[in-house]
Formats: sequence, structure tokens, C-alpha cells
Amino acid sequence: MADIRNNFVGIKSPNPFWLASAPPTDKAYNVVRAFKAGWGGVVWKTLGEEGPPIVNVNGPRYGAIWGADRRLLGLNNIELITDRDLQTNLREIKQVKRDWPDRAIVVSIMVPCEEESWKAILPLVEETGADGIELNFGCPHGMSERGMGSAVGQVPEYIEMVTRWCKQYTRMPVIVKLTPNITDIRYPARAANRGGTDAVSLINTVSSITSVNLDTFSPEPSIDGKGSHGGYCGPAVKPIALNMVAEIARDPETRGLPISGIGGVTTWRDAAEFLALGAGNVQVCTAAMTYGFKIVQEMIEGLKNWMDEKGHADLDSFVGRATPNVTDWQYLNLNYVAKARINQDLCIKCGRCHIVCEDTSHQAITSLVDGVRHFEVIEEECVGCNLCVNVCPVEGCIAMEPLAAGVIDKRTQQPVSPVYANWTTHPNNPMAPKVAAE
Amino acid sequence: MVGSPFKEGIVGERLSPGEYALNFSDLHPPLDHHEALVEADRCYFCYDAPCMQACPTSIDIPLFIRQIATGNPVGSAKTIFDQNILGGMCARVCPTETLCEEACVREAAEGKPVQIGRLQRYSTDIAMAQNRQFYERVAPTGKRIAVIGAGPAGLAAAHRLARYGHDVTVFEARPKAGGLNEYGIAAYKTTDDFAQAEVDYVTAIGGITLEYGRALGRDVHLADLTATYDAVFLGMGLAGVNALRAEGEDAAGVENAVDFIAELRQAEDLAALPIGRRVVVIGGGMTAIDAAVQSKLLGAEEVTICYRRGKEHMNASEYEQELATSKGVTIRHWLQPKRVVAQFGKVAGIELEYTAMQDGRLARTGETFVISCDQIFKAIGQTFVPVAQNGSAPAIALEGGRIQADAEGRTSMPKVWAGGDCILGGDDLTVSAVAQGRDAAESIHRALASNGRA
Repeated sequence: MADIRNNFVGIKSPNPFWLASAPPTDKAYNVVRAFKAGWGGVVWKTLGEEGPPIVNVNGPRYGAIWGADRRLLGLNNIELITDRDLQTNLREIKQVKRDWPDRAIVVSIMVPCEEESWKAILPLVEETGADGIELNFGCPHGMSERGMGSAVGQVPEYIEMVTRWCKQYTRMPVIVKLTPNITDIRYPARAANRGGTDAVSLINTVSSITSVNLDTFSPEPSIDGKGSHGGYCGPAVKPIALNMVAEIARDPETRGLPISGIGGVTTWRDAAEFLALGAGNVQVCTAAMTYGFKIVQEMIEGLKNWMDEKGHADLDSFVGRATPNVTDWQYLNLNYVAKARINQDLCIKCGRCHIVCEDTSHQAITSLVDGVRHFEVIEEECVGCNLCVNVCPVEGCIAMEPLAAGVIDKRTQQPVSPVYANWTTHPNNPMAPKVAAE
Repeated sequence: MVGSPFKEGIVGERLSPGEYALNFSDLHPPLDHHEALVEADRCYFCYDAPCMQACPTSIDIPLFIRQIATGNPVGSAKTIFDQNILGGMCARVCPTETLCEEACVREAAEGKPVQIGRLQRYSTDIAMAQNRQFYERVAPTGKRIAVIGAGPAGLAAAHRLARYGHDVTVFEARPKAGGLNEYGIAAYKTTDDFAQAEVDYVTAIGGITLEYGRALGRDVHLADLTATYDAVFLGMGLAGVNALRAEGEDAAGVENAVDFIAELRQAEDLAALPIGRRVVVIGGGMTAIDAAVQSKLLGAEEVTICYRRGKEHMNASEYEQELATSKGVTIRHWLQPKRVVAQFGKVAGIELEYTAMQDGRLARTGETFVISCDQIFKAIGQTFVPVAQNGSAPAIALEGGRIQADAEGRTSMPKVWAGGDCILGGDDLTVSAVAQGRDAAESIHRALASNGRA
């Protein structure tokens, strides 16, 4: 049986599934339920500095978008950091850590961008026996207007500065949580790295408006007829998160910096993908907020099952295995040729592959053959774009099949070259080195 | 006579009032809002959708389902009514399992089609409850068109003609409009007087005059109609019923299934409707099923359908056969009536003879037996009665016992179109009658527009 025990910057947990800093980790009651359900660790919902408690709106905090059958695909929130008293949170953290010593408890912190504020809170957190801290430089709403959250995360110099303070004033491992609301994730990651962070975690939520009420013309979630942008998360943001994780994992400056992957992790498969791209573990929120804590059972068993099937004895066996395969477009092999192939036994004849190809792409799929409804790829036209695969409702019905070297590509009438060749040397690239004329 | 399921003879009140109400409630209750959304989400929005091709009226099914899914049920209803103004009834009575739902790609994929019929009912119900009228008559053309029969074909034709600004007079032999929607079809498929509500909805467009109790050949004559109207549409259905051709079939208790169904549909009080303790239905089509199931639901103890060929030859769909058996009806095959057994002039049983295919022909085997029963329903097909049409020369050409009509519904007689069950090629479906009525109306309109006269 695969060993999925996790050691992330020295923080040990029985599995790589942590709950992200969010409503599910706001108090002992929830966290204890999560641990009972099997979660490997939690990042306790963000603590602020001592003082009058944070206030939240008293109306809807969440908005969402849905797929078919009202499957929640994306969730947005305008909730702020914990609105509970600091001492209460610290007391509960201490108690839960004592009761659940084998689970990871990391405490998320967000205080003003002043050295004294960080210096003041760090010992209090350390005293609880928590395993580490996560610096919330990510929240895009509410706190950012007060100079915290993503207001810090969007300025690499601030990230570096605060990280340095934290490394200076605590022995606990420091994880810097990054906001995706920037143009290039590598800059804040490099800043955190320069500040001496032990790890980064990403992504925090994406600034968003989920919908507009067409009766009241208020954005949703609506508070007394007005809405504010919130932080977007859930399955819809996973592709954004995967890319950002990969960017950091393969950046020469941050390569090897531990990453806690966050963003739409819903199944074991999502988690395995984050790990393969270089994350040391994952954090989950929306899936739990959609289905409850029990989903971790599927994640644990599914991950183990896959690892057993593939012969991965432990997490380290596959963490980062996909990272080297992430490259820049210019290095993709332009001599690789694939064609869509429709499995007629699986085809249910919905015709969507045809109509999207016909209307929006390359007119490479038939609708009628000899007067009979029949969907087949016209290889002479197929550029291998994969759109048909993506719109087909039957998994595995349409596959992209690479053409072997030497086979004639019916579209170009040229044999497939056995040689790897990319844009950097392509004759159409004005930047490509010119071959000297004879 | 007060009865119970076990009382001999043909009596009423076999059940309690509650049982009648339950038995004749909606066979498929309407989808509620949530159910409709869940079901609508299952539609794949196929290209050139097979369901749409399978629909005789070619309703744009993927579009109307998408409109439900996007919260636009009224727009969805318009999509349906654009093709089929009787979409509400078709949603209830279409054998969807052999039409759109059989063609649904989810049937191929997982053996569970999208419930197109019920979704169609969902949006048409909403639009009709709001009395949303989607069509306005164009300026009156002054053209007058006579429609014979206010059944699905006649109503569909009348509505389309009225839209084009023509004035339509519908001559209906019975006291109510709707045709088989009102007088045929099992009661549990169209509850709450839906057929009349639909007639009101369709005729609300204006320009349609309904004249009841006016039968062709009796009260109105084709020669007069063609002389006084710009065009005539014949949609009078099938008036005749095939005989058993069994000895003794004039005994009391041998009845036409269609009459029984009509009587049931018109009954104010189902308990007052007498039904046998043991009922035998002869036939293998939808009428046989409707008669048998409703006999059972009225409290008959034992109901047996006898069909002269095999299960696979039955006109009733697989679904309908299963419906019947689930209600306790027994379906027997390869049996043909030979003799009605009567006692004191009343049915006491029916002698049936086994049949078999011999050299590609159905043949009697000589082996017989008797099912004791007190009521027999004939459901072996209806026939077109041509007398009324051809009371005056020249005669309309018939083919296969029904009116000959081309793809647009034109008959052999100038100015006369026909559609629905009375024409050759009709498949005895409401939805096909609607399509034929609609298409004939388009043809009539084209003819009137092109030369000013049909």
C-alpha cells in the first residue's frame, strides 16, 4: 500500500490533504470534525491583530456559478479574516493541537504591514504549539483596502520585507500565501524566496463578480442592492492555479522552493496533478464547502489506489514529475502531428464534434456519410486541435492519435518528420538563426 | 347497480370514490421546476438532433430544452408552438418512446433518454396557464376556408390558416371540439379537461368559427362547401370500426372500444360507468391498450387483451404494453376470436382460436378454447367511411380505403385538402395529424396567395 504521509517543510501530516485557511477552519468545532473525517492538516483561518473584532457583512457572503445539474463550479466570497477574538482562536488552536498531535496545524496570519504588528503576534501563535504560519498576502477583498492581504501580495518588496520579519521573529516554518491577482506569479514568489520563506502556497482567490441580478441590477452576492468583488475559487480556478504552481516550480530562481498547492482541488486526481507539477501537498476549501469533510476519504483512497497502480511508493516518488514537461510554447515540437479519431462503437451521434468543427474550426468532421448520420474525421482537414475531444460528452470516444514518423499527413501531404523541431529554428521565425547561403 | 370487482355482469361502482380518483389521475404528473431543470440539464444540445428528426412536427427540441434550462419556459413554449400548436396535448399523448425519446442520443448512450415529453409539457403548461398567445393574425385576407372536423388535424390547420388572416369555419359533428383528444385517448393521459383548454387556447387567435353538431354528408356537403369557400380541409378522422367477424358478435356486451373510451372521457361520474367483471379486449394497438387499462382501472377483476399475432407485431409500443401489464392486464398473443359465447343474449365468454404463421401468412390452427367474460371490446382498427365525402360527384380519389393526398395534403379534388387519420399514410398519431393539418394549411395559403383562389 502506498505511503501518503506528508512532510512539508518539516511539518508532518498523515496525508497531503490540508484544509485551506477559510471558513472550514475558523474554529475548533470545525477543525475537530475535519480531523475526525481524516484531513491531514489545516491552515487555521486567518488571525488578525488584537483589538476590536473584524466585522463581516450580515447578508450573503458567497456567490457561485454552476454547471449542469447545478454542480458548483466556482465559488466567490466576500468574507473577511476571522471575526472571532484573537485569544479565543489561540486558546482553541492550542487545545486542538494538543488533542491531535499527528495532524498539521498551520496558522494563517494577516496583520498590518508594520514590523511591530508582526513582532507582536508571532510569539502568541508560537505559544500555541502550532506547526507553522502562513502569511495571508492573498485576500483580494476587504482587507486589501486596509493595506493588507493582496495589497501586500501585489508588491514584491512588501512580501520580501514581511517574510524577513517573520523569519526573524519566529522559529516556526513560514509559508507565504500568494495572490493570483498579479500579472506574473514568479515575481511575488521570488520576493518571498528572497525574504527567506520556507515555502509558498497558492493560489489565493481570484478577484471576481460571479453574476448580476437582472431584476435589481446588483452584482451577486448582493448586500442591500450593492455588490463588491469577491474572491473566486473552486474547480473553475484549478487551471489557473496549476499554471502558477508550475511557473514557480520551474523558475530558475525559485526552483526547489516548497509549494503548497491550492485552487479547485476537488478529487484525488486534482491533488495528484498539483503534486506532479511540483506541489509538496495541497490545500482544499471549496470542495469541502460543497460536499462536507467526508470527501477527504475519497481523496485519500483514490490517491493511494492510483499510486499503487502506478508503483509510486510514496509522495516523493511523483512530486514534480510533470514539472520538466512544462515548457514554453516556442520549444514545443512542431513536427508532432496528431489527428482526432472517433470510436464509432462509443459514438452516440450527438453531432457536437461536427458542428463545433464546422462552425468554429476546420470543417474536419462529417455529419453524413452516404446519406447516413455519421461522424468521422476528415484527415485532410484535421489540424489536431482537440476541440472535438473536449466537447464530446462520451469520455474516450474521440482520441487524439499521433502520426508515426514517416506517415503521410493527409492535410499537408508531407511525411511526418522523425526530427524534433521547434519555433526557435523554424524558417518562418524571423528571429531564427539563418542558415548561411551557399 | 352497486358492485365490487367480484360482482358478476357489467356494473358500475366497483370501486370507492377515492380509488377512481387515484386510478384516473395523471399518468405522468407534471415535472416541477426543480425536476424540469435537472432533466433539461441532461440534454446535450445535439447537432441536427435525432429527436427533432424523429418528431413528426419537427419541433426544435434541443432549443426548447435549452430555453427551459436557461430559465425561459415561455420562450420554450413558443419554440414548441411554432411547429406544433397542439404541443401541450402531444406532450401528454405522444408515444415519445417510439419517437423523440427513442431517438435521443442518451437512449443510445445509457438507455435513459431525456424526458422530452414531460419537458414539453412543462413549458407548454406554463405558457398556457399564463394564456400567453404568441401569434397575431395578419390583416384579414377575406378568404374563407372550411375545415371538416375539430380534431388535431383540423385545429392545427385552422390555427395556421387563421394566422395568415383567413377566416376559418370548422364543422364538427360532435358537441365538442378536440376529436380524439376529447373523445379518444385514455383519461389518465389528459386530465383536468385539458383537451377543451387547448381548444380554447388554439382558437383564441381569432378568425376561427366552430360549428358543432355539423357532420359532413349529413348537415354539410362537400359540393356546397367547395362552391362557397375558397378551400376545404378534410380532417374528419375515421368513423368506422372493424367487425370481429366472429359468430354471435351482436350479443349484448360486445362493444366498440372507441365508444367505451369516448363514453369514459365524457363521463361526469366514473362510478356510474358500468364495466364487466371479466373483460376481453380484441386488438393489439393503442386503442386496445387504452380500453383494457381503463377497464382495469374501473374495477374489472380480470382483463385480457387477445391479439392475433405476436408481441413484436403489436402496434402498441413496448411502453404501452408494459403499462397495461403493470396495471394487471393480461396480454395474450396468437389468438383470434372465433365465436362469442352468449347466454340469454348476453356475453358469457369468447371462444378463441390459436393462430400461427404458415408460409408467411397468418393461419388458424384449429385449436380453440373459451375465456369466460361478460364484456368484449373490439379494438381491431378503425376505418374510413367514405360515404360522406362522395355523396356528390365528382368523387374524391381513395387509396387503401382512405383519402388519397399528396405530401402537401392536396386531394384529387380541386380546392380540397385533407389530413389526419382519414388520409392514406396517416399513422394514427395525434402528432402526425397536427403536422398534416399544419402543412395542408401552408399549402392552402400558398395556393390562395399565388392565384387568389385555390
